[in-house]
Amino acid sequence: MGVVRDMMKPFELFQPTELDGALDLLSRHGSDAWILSGGMDTFDWLKDRAKQPSVVVDLGGVSELKGIEGTEDGIRIGAMASLTEVATHPEITSRYPLLAESAEKVATPQIRQQGTLGGNLCQDTRCWYYRSGWPCYRAGGNICYANTPTALNREHCVFEANRCVAVSPSDTAPALIALDARMTIRSRRSERTVEAEDFFLGPATDITRMTVLRPGELLTEIHVPQRWAGQSYYFEKVADRKAWDFALANVAATFQRQNGRIQDARICVGAVAAKPLRLRNVEAALRGQSVDNSLLEQVGELAVRNARPLRQNEYKVSLTRNLVKRAIRDART
Amino acid sequence: MKILEVVNAGRTVSRRSFIKGVIAAGATASATSYLFRGPASAFAAPPAHGAVERLMSLNVNGQQRRVDVLPHETLAMTLRYKLGLPGTKLGCDRAECGACTVLLDGTVHYACSILTHQVRGREVLTIEGLEAPDGTLHPVQEAVVDEAGFQCAFCAPGFIMAMVGMLNQNPNPTREEAARALSGNLCRCGDYNKILNSAMRAVEYTQQRV
Repeated sequence: MGVVRDMMKPFELFQPTELDGALDLLSRHGSDAWILSGGMDTFDWLKDRAKQPSVVVDLGGVSELKGIEGTEDGIRIGAMASLTEVATHPEITSRYPLLAESAEKVATPQIRQQGTLGGNLCQDTRCWYYRSGWPCYRAGGNICYANTPTALNREHCVFEANRCVAVSPSDTAPALIALDARMTIRSRRSERTVEAEDFFLGPATDITRMTVLRPGELLTEIHVPQRWAGQSYYFEKVADRKAWDFALANVAATFQRQNGRIQDARICVGAVAAKPLRLRNVEAALRGQSVDNSLLEQVGELAVRNARPLRQNEYKVSLTRNLVKRAIRDART
Repeated sequence: MKILEVVNAGRTVSRRSFIKGVIAAGATASATSYLFRGPASAFAAPPAHGAVERLMSLNVNGQQRRVDVLPHETLAMTLRYKLGLPGTKLGCDRAECGACTVLLDGTVHYACSILTHQVRGREVLTIEGLEAPDGTLHPVQEAVVDEAGFQCAFCAPGFIMAMVGMLNQNPNPTREEAARALSGNLCRCGDYNKILNSAMRAVEYTQQRV
């Protein structure tokens, strides 16, 4: 009989109604527990049986994790807010259209209704070797199947590879990094806040995790500060299809301008490295400058200076270069 | 037990039908174990303290349905194989094709990619629940019939539910907005133009009925 691909392996399902209860369950079951929010990443893993958790904790009933509201300094988004809510909430569309656009570009209407912002940020990579359950570096083995002479690696990384060449698939992550968001992480005993940029991990830091979350920890809310609200911005996602597909590359940028010059900028590219990559060298080169063609050429080169393409993804280098140039040239208010 | 009966009745049953009976009994047993595979404990053992109870009440098409649901069972499985509502199709079972689209509290969702236990307390609407009790078709269904919107129509229930969901959100979409609202559904016959014609006619019919 072939591999079962439609029925998940049985598990115990818990549906806590309070955050404390959820954290308690996660702490009690440790790495045996699987966190279920929207499930759009989860069910592939469980149906393929590449992951077989014995306990699943469904966060759908935890009201503390939901909701979007304005605060004194910006906006607070519960990790369980759906991508549709993020894309259509009036506070977000009016003050942070960059974030709303990035959420609108994710997948399909059905997935955005069910998928959550927290899930979109915490989802695992799409590398098909890894997701098919091959024992690669990321799965605890000692080989990368995506970086061999015959590997299919058109959608893999061009920056900061370290044994593993998988990419971060999120569309909202670059937007939140460009907006200088902060993530609140809770466990049963502690609470900590990390900058969006530091929330994601590359393989050089930890090859088996995409984020700083440890077993027992939960991303509870995202706080976007007032600082970049209403500034000019740019978001673009390039994918093979207009809907459903994951990005081949995406860019999110915000700019503060005065008298025709860029005072400050934040630029982040996604789907080209294992974590969303903030381009600090480009940001520094833009400060105090007025935009013209020679500046665009210069920062375009700067953006891809450290690119190391694989056999099939050299196109991502020019794609990234052009996306960065376009973000600076075509930013909207 | 079935096998025993056949054996007892062996005198009147030919050898061929005896073998057929055994094969059928075996097939039933293995199909069941395929659907509800896993340790016997999935059936017998009580859930761990605090874990979900299997018996639940589900609001489907305006009715409260009592149903016994495994913790790892998807909504599409429950609808098709326990509640007798096979109008919700399973295409990819991977949140890619949209054939299983149903409405939860009026918004579109993939029934293959949500656990039945996650929809407790929500209103589920499937293709079977669209027509009026007297059999009058929903305006979207009428539009699809009038436009002959589908060729093989395997994807039709999903597309029709996506159209109803679209009209709930945006009663007056442009053709482009409709294409975007239906972008979560695939049609392997490639009837997208006719499907969009149906969607636009559905907009018209819905407005006429109001």
